[in-house]
Amino acid sequence: MTTPSHIGTEEKLVRMANQIAGFFATQPKASQAEETAAHIRAFWDPRMRAQLSKLLATDANGLSPLARAAAEHLEQSEQV
Amino acid sequence: MKDFIIPNWDETDMGTPASKATEQVTLTIDGFPVTVPAGTSVMRASAEAGIQVPKLCATDSLEAFGSCRLCVVEIEGRRGTPASCTTPVAEGMVVHTHSPKVKKIRKGVMELYISDHPLDCLTCSANGDCELQDMAGAVGLRDVRYEGVENHFEVRQNGEANARYIPKDDSNPYFSYDPAKCIVCSRCVRACEETQGTFALTIEGSGFDSRVSFGAKSDNALASDCVSCGACVAACPTATLQEKSVIEIGTPERSVITTCAYCGVGCSFKAEMRGDEVVRMTPWKHGKANRGHSCVKGRFAYGYASHNDRILNPMIRDTIDQPWREVSWDEAIAFTATKLRGIQEQHGVRSIGGITSSRCTNEETYLVQKLIRAVFGNNNTDTCARVCHSPTGYGLGKAFGTSAGTQDFDSVEHTDVVIVIGANPTDGHPVFASRLKKRLRAGAKLIVIDPRRIDLVRSAHIEAAHHLPLRPGTNVAVLSSISHVIVTEGLYDEAFIRERCDWDEFADYAAFISDARHSPEATALLTGVPADAIREAARLFATGGNGAIYYGLGVTEHSQGSTTVMAIANLAMMTGNLGRPGVGVNPLRGQNNVQGACDMGSFPHELPGYRHVSDPAVRDVFDKLWGSKIDPEPGLRIPNMLDAAVDGTFKGLYVQGEDILQSDPDTKHVSAGLAAMDCVIVQDLFLNETANYAHVFLPGSTFLEKDGTFTNAERRINRVRKVMQPRNGYADWEITQLLANAMGAGWTYTHPSQVMDEIAATTPSFANVSYELLEERGSVQWPCNEAAPDGTPLMHIDGFARGRGRFIVTEYIATEEKTGPRFPLLLTTGRILSQYNVGAQTRRTENVVWHDQDVLEVHPQDAEVRGIKDGQWVRLASRTGETSLRATITDRVSPGVVYTTFHHPDTQANVITTDFSDWATNCPEYKVTAVQVAASNGPTEWQEDYAAHAAQSRRILPAAE
Repeated sequence: MTTPSHIGTEEKLVRMANQIAGFFATQPKASQAEETAAHIRAFWDPRMRAQLSKLLATDANGLSPLARAAAEHLEQSEQV
Repeated sequence: MKDFIIPNWDETDMGTPASKATEQVTLTIDGFPVTVPAGTSVMRASAEAGIQVPKLCATDSLEAFGSCRLCVVEIEGRRGTPASCTTPVAEGMVVHTHSPKVKKIRKGVMELYISDHPLDCLTCSANGDCELQDMAGAVGLRDVRYEGVENHFEVRQNGEANARYIPKDDSNPYFSYDPAKCIVCSRCVRACEETQGTFALTIEGSGFDSRVSFGAKSDNALASDCVSCGACVAACPTATLQEKSVIEIGTPERSVITTCAYCGVGCSFKAEMRGDEVVRMTPWKHGKANRGHSCVKGRFAYGYASHNDRILNPMIRDTIDQPWREVSWDEAIAFTATKLRGIQEQHGVRSIGGITSSRCTNEETYLVQKLIRAVFGNNNTDTCARVCHSPTGYGLGKAFGTSAGTQDFDSVEHTDVVIVIGANPTDGHPVFASRLKKRLRAGAKLIVIDPRRIDLVRSAHIEAAHHLPLRPGTNVAVLSSISHVIVTEGLYDEAFIRERCDWDEFADYAAFISDARHSPEATALLTGVPADAIREAARLFATGGNGAIYYGLGVTEHSQGSTTVMAIANLAMMTGNLGRPGVGVNPLRGQNNVQGACDMGSFPHELPGYRHVSDPAVRDVFDKLWGSKIDPEPGLRIPNMLDAAVDGTFKGLYVQGEDILQSDPDTKHVSAGLAAMDCVIVQDLFLNETANYAHVFLPGSTFLEKDGTFTNAERRINRVRKVMQPRNGYADWEITQLLANAMGAGWTYTHPSQVMDEIAATTPSFANVSYELLEERGSVQWPCNEAAPDGTPLMHIDGFARGRGRFIVTEYIATEEKTGPRFPLLLTTGRILSQYNVGAQTRRTENVVWHDQDVLEVHPQDAEVRGIKDGQWVRLASRTGETSLRATITDRVSPGVVYTTFHHPDTQANVITTDFSDWATNCPEYKVTAVQVAASNGPTEWQEDYAAHAAQSRRILPAAE
């Protein structure tokens, strides 16, 4: 009927990760990346986490520094 | 054996309300000693003793009025014959209710009443249900001596038109007002005032000329302020205010107590039946959520259950461009099971999922998530709470440790200061609103935080102390400023914080919130709320006594929805407003069972009772019982399902009682997701909008057609009782079981009570809940277990569920949805009293007389610069899409803000809303969309395409003979 107007899923994941990081960036310094990663781990289904992990390979992925740190943290913990 | 307290469910009208005094008084009535609380009326004391004093103007839902003079009694040592309804008991009082003197007075009074009343009892619609008739009998009235005198009921008198006669007013679709039968007892006027709080009715004139009136002379019932709650109809002792359904059908012969299927207030109703036909729904006086009150939806708007649009046979089609084909249940279920298993074989176990219904029962919701977890083998389950109160679950869970409101509705009776933020109770939660307004009229103070001037800000006999008309999207900034004032001015409750929370954590929070950037002066430019107003509101809330916060979707449906919920929790904790009556954090839940749907494990990361799927011990409880192996990974939420569908990894969806195409944001994205799936199964009453993209339609049943339970916003588990057979053949839980078994589940439930037993066995907060207990108690509030066998009306009394309450830093982060030159206005959305959610039910009732289309509220300034006139078509456009609707010019909205409802699919307000969402839960940001408005000529091309597509999608092939 009409073409989808929404942005792509990857772009959306980046936005979501940045939003989550945006909240935890306001929380106590010590554990911001861990908390962001834990939130994503608790609420995102595996295919979304895998997509996020894949995004880490590209440089201009749009992830904020904290979201990137969280994604890296998440990737390491998932590999364990 | 358990020591059950059998509640008193006697429906006798005790004449006057119960006294709440603790002091007891003993008196003698007709020789019998009676002991009652001080302040009780003589009438009620008599009723307690089993003696019914004749009465007309008194009823126990209203304060005594003392006008009919029928209830007079004699009291030894007192002069005259006082009205028993207005006379309070006294110690040692000796009352005679049936002395020769009062018998004579009563007969005289009745004779006068009847002299101005038609004697058409046999054909009167109140025949058998008329207190005037009963009282004439009770006092032994045998003849009427006043004939041929002036009266109000004869059309013609002495050959001329009777100037006093007023014809029947049938303007309201649900009840009629027949002034000819009115005895001017004022019960209707008082019900409108005391119970509903609308003040639409009045008595005009005096003496013999006194008449009940809907306000101005020119007003009829429909044109007046009347909100059609039915309180006056329930209060009327005669046929004057009567349900049209009773006029048409006759009096009911039995009644069944059940629970309304509209909003999250969860009112208890008596479904009054004749055969399998509902004669009327009347609010049940012992219902603990509604205490005998109702609104236009629950009371009258049940006609959708028998509407012609209901689909009663299952239907299938291979592709969505084909017409529907009616098939047998066996064929539909087999088709569905084969399709779903086929998808899983090809695309993997996680390629399908389902959406549980917040309109269905707890038992049905539990079974859908069980189907998904145990039979589909994944956690791809979600529910409409995703798009409404998921931030409540997350935010309150983090702050207090439980994902629900802290109080019962009775709590409002003890409140001194109320904050209503992002909620419009008179429209969204009308029965609660009536209880709130009653408390406000008794002196409680109100602070409204809302971009729109909702009715609570100023209406009959109530006025908010402060209305903070904030710019949409700035909730966190406003709440932070309120907290800033409380902390920096030292108004916080240190003793409470030290005892119940972590003091060091509060100290960190206090340091954060004390920063000048949170001061009302600093945020005023951003929020649009004057600093003084915030300071005064903050001081009032912190120092005004019991403070309660009630909130709705104007809090949650933002990119910072969860943060706002945490800010609300902070505010309640810092002012010590938790753990007793009159205080608390009270989310006003949207749908009838959205609380229950959340409790029952509808979310993709949580098993029933809010326990994360990654917890092996919790999974083990269910795996043992279900013989399953629950996936330890969280599943997809609704927006994620749609994204995955567009990406091609999610292919099948079972949707029970939910219309995501109309209710979810960014319609075009939803339709793209649905269109990308191989098998969409819709189980609903009607061919809803989502069904346009469905391959299987399984006809659902209404709340009148099944047993089960709903859980309301107070965590109250109420029974839903079957009053008629399902017209579609099966209750919804049976349909889910058919599908599960076709996929190899082997379920054997024969009654929803067995499902509740399973819930109790697996979910600690429901451990003591059973249908037996609900029969005994009427309802219970969870947690209901060993620790709280009677349930829990108030939470966190001695400590928080998580131990210590947690203060969380709440920094304001602006949404990415911003106004600019192309889209300079902010659209916010909401609902209206007469319509419910996507309108699927209410649009199929007479409620459309109040709201037959969605309209756009525009401020006069914004309208003027755009050349828009009241009632004109306007085009509403955002970055996402555009639609057209009619404008209404009003200063209820601030300049720069426009507002509409989403009840009608031909408007599709959600084609405008974006896919921005809450950071924590993906709850969509419905409440903030940057838009432009311009004059237009009619529906947009998109609307016309949509309507054509919907008509095409709804074709049904004639059944094969």
